[in-house]
Amino acid sequence: MVAVQETVERVKRIDVDQYRYGFETLIDSEKAPKGLSEAIVKFISQKKNEPAWMLQWRLEAYRRWLTMTEPTWARVDYPKIDFQDLYYYAAPKPKKSVSSLDEIDPEILKTYEKLGIPLREVAMLEGVEPKVGEEDPARRKIAVDAVFDSVSVATTFKAELKKAGVIFMPISEAIREHPELVQKYLGSVVPTSDNFHATLNSAVFSDGSFVYVPPGVRCPMELSTYFRINERNTGQFERTLIIADKGSYVSYLEGCTAPQRDENQLHAAVVELVALDDAEIKYSTVQNWYPGNSEGKGGIYNFVTKRGDCRGNNSKISWTQVETGSAITWKYPSCILRGDNSRGEFYSIAISNGFQQVDSGTKMIHLGKNTSSRIISKGIAAGKSQNTYRGLVTAHRKALGARNFTACDSLLIGDKCGAHTVPYIEAKNSSATFEHEATTSKISEDVLFYCIQRGLSEEEAVGLVVNGFVKQVLQKLPMEFAVEAQKLISTSLDGSVG
Amino acid sequence: MALLEIRDLHVGVEDREVIRGLDLNVNLGEVHAIMGPNGSGKSTLSHVIAGKPGYEITGGQILFRGENLLRTEPNERAAKGVFLAFQYPVEIPGVTTMNFLRAALNAQRKARDQQEFSTPEFLKRIREVAGSLNIPQDMLKRGVNVGFSGGEKKRNEILQMALFEPGLCILDEIDSGLDIDALRIVASGINTLRSPERAMIVITHYRRLLDHIMPDVVHVMSKGRIMKSAGKELALELEASGYAQFEDAA
Repeated sequence: MVAVQETVERVKRIDVDQYRYGFETLIDSEKAPKGLSEAIVKFISQKKNEPAWMLQWRLEAYRRWLTMTEPTWARVDYPKIDFQDLYYYAAPKPKKSVSSLDEIDPEILKTYEKLGIPLREVAMLEGVEPKVGEEDPARRKIAVDAVFDSVSVATTFKAELKKAGVIFMPISEAIREHPELVQKYLGSVVPTSDNFHATLNSAVFSDGSFVYVPPGVRCPMELSTYFRINERNTGQFERTLIIADKGSYVSYLEGCTAPQRDENQLHAAVVELVALDDAEIKYSTVQNWYPGNSEGKGGIYNFVTKRGDCRGNNSKISWTQVETGSAITWKYPSCILRGDNSRGEFYSIAISNGFQQVDSGTKMIHLGKNTSSRIISKGIAAGKSQNTYRGLVTAHRKALGARNFTACDSLLIGDKCGAHTVPYIEAKNSSATFEHEATTSKISEDVLFYCIQRGLSEEEAVGLVVNGFVKQVLQKLPMEFAVEAQKLISTSLDGSVG
Repeated sequence: MALLEIRDLHVGVEDREVIRGLDLNVNLGEVHAIMGPNGSGKSTLSHVIAGKPGYEITGGQILFRGENLLRTEPNERAAKGVFLAFQYPVEIPGVTTMNFLRAALNAQRKARDQQEFSTPEFLKRIREVAGSLNIPQDMLKRGVNVGFSGGEKKRNEILQMALFEPGLCILDEIDSGLDIDALRIVASGINTLRSPERAMIVITHYRRLLDHIMPDVVHVMSKGRIMKSAGKELALELEASGYAQFEDAA
């Protein structure tokens, strides 16, 4: 309830049309020339001191991309993107390799401080107090990798992770230092030919995070990447690769923000997860890219490909996402349930307000025997937004005993928004059990008045009802994120009533 | 000074006048029953006192402790001590009754510049109140009214009334949908909340509720006006002769 109280406080403090993370950081940056060509791909690869195989990989993706067209099946509407009018590489200066936090531009450190992301190696994320009787706060450490525009600027707790054998570093470094792992797994879940946006990412990605957890290791802390787009007219194309080797466990958090700008900015990321036998990956996202203003101007175009491969038997991948930002969201974190008895989970809260358009959901692809998956999706549409859940559940011929449970709930606030549910269900064997439930409801005047008659303000009432609606999913988030997400949810719905 | 004073109230809904010159005085310690046929404006009156949107006040005044209630936001009215027990209490999934009551009580306390209750203080208070009404703790842990029976929903309304300690309780058809046993339980809860510090307005179609809650005054409402006010014997008279005589008079 404390959190609800905070939610309430927070709603009160916020003005309509205010995006808390909308500030811009003034730093020198180095950019590649505008536009996309083989020369630009080579430029990026060179900037990163990449080995020849990596450049080759990128060029193949680039050539492939030239033959592809943008997907149009999603329920989103936006003007054609001129891919030659974007910058594909921007890095904060000075551009030498950074070995300690002291060498980072203090302006960037300040940016992360403003965002509440401590890059200094402090024990906890800001705003979280240790509870009475809780274990040593040091055990709740979170290692952070911060990606500023296209470049990873800092990774914390590297030494301590190394002791446990966990590799957590910018992917650009991993390409140089652990080429055998990168070559083996990069593109093995999302191939370079996968889709228009992912292929573009394969050609031009400049950084992102790399995680490898060795066999039998339980990663000693939460890992976290914080993405920030700062530069104007710059696309952000990060690439994340997480490998959990046999019997290992890792929990990974991702946060995103961007400055408030009039123009739209492109974000096309790729995330690949690989879980080998008996391994588990928990991946949580709080996506709060700038959503555009109240007239629908500006905001991030978020075209993201996220996929996890439960490659080993008894492996498990769990996606939890809280989506509140972006002008357009096109995102389907998915699981390929290849190993026998593997398990996939997708817990999602997608909130849209103003003119936001969300087309998001998941794919659960059952290939192995006795695989199971669970989808809990909560969509909340307010303002003039459109919110679509799109989900695919399939069972392969050999996926005997596959099981899925899906529940999609939509909540409408006001009468100018829309919620849509588009499930695709295919079972190619008769032993599969798929359940699908869907509801759409509205915060009615009667519910609001009931709460208000009990003394709550209208904002408090909406916050309470929405937090109740999403509770089942919020509980899946790591505690630090749950509090943040709960605040974010109320903020995102500010001005949604009336 | 009356606790509640309504003078020549006129209320419209979508160009139709549903309350047409209503006067009512309610003093502390009194229980008033308002009876009348469907469409006589009883529920509208309760909504207007509580401040539900959607009604147009075209004339008259509502004073609560001498203060013009119509200029006050509905949540402020709640904090000042106006409580409406709903005919159809709503369900709020995912929000436990406990959390809901705490948020509401603290919102009211804050509005009154009182210290908000801490978790332990609140828990102590809610256990006392629920205990005094024989409401099981288990009900507090469930979502607000979610999966509650008709009787449980109405008992939850009484629980809130007891917790918030309002000066004025308006019970809008609290008896609807209740069987005899549930009615008895709800009525006994209401009776324990009668106090010289509080007034109640009980809105009902049927006399049977008034067998359990003895009103001090009974009003008959028809076509947006109070047609007759008298002691509790009026309820018996209505039972015998029906509402028709008042409808004709209106």
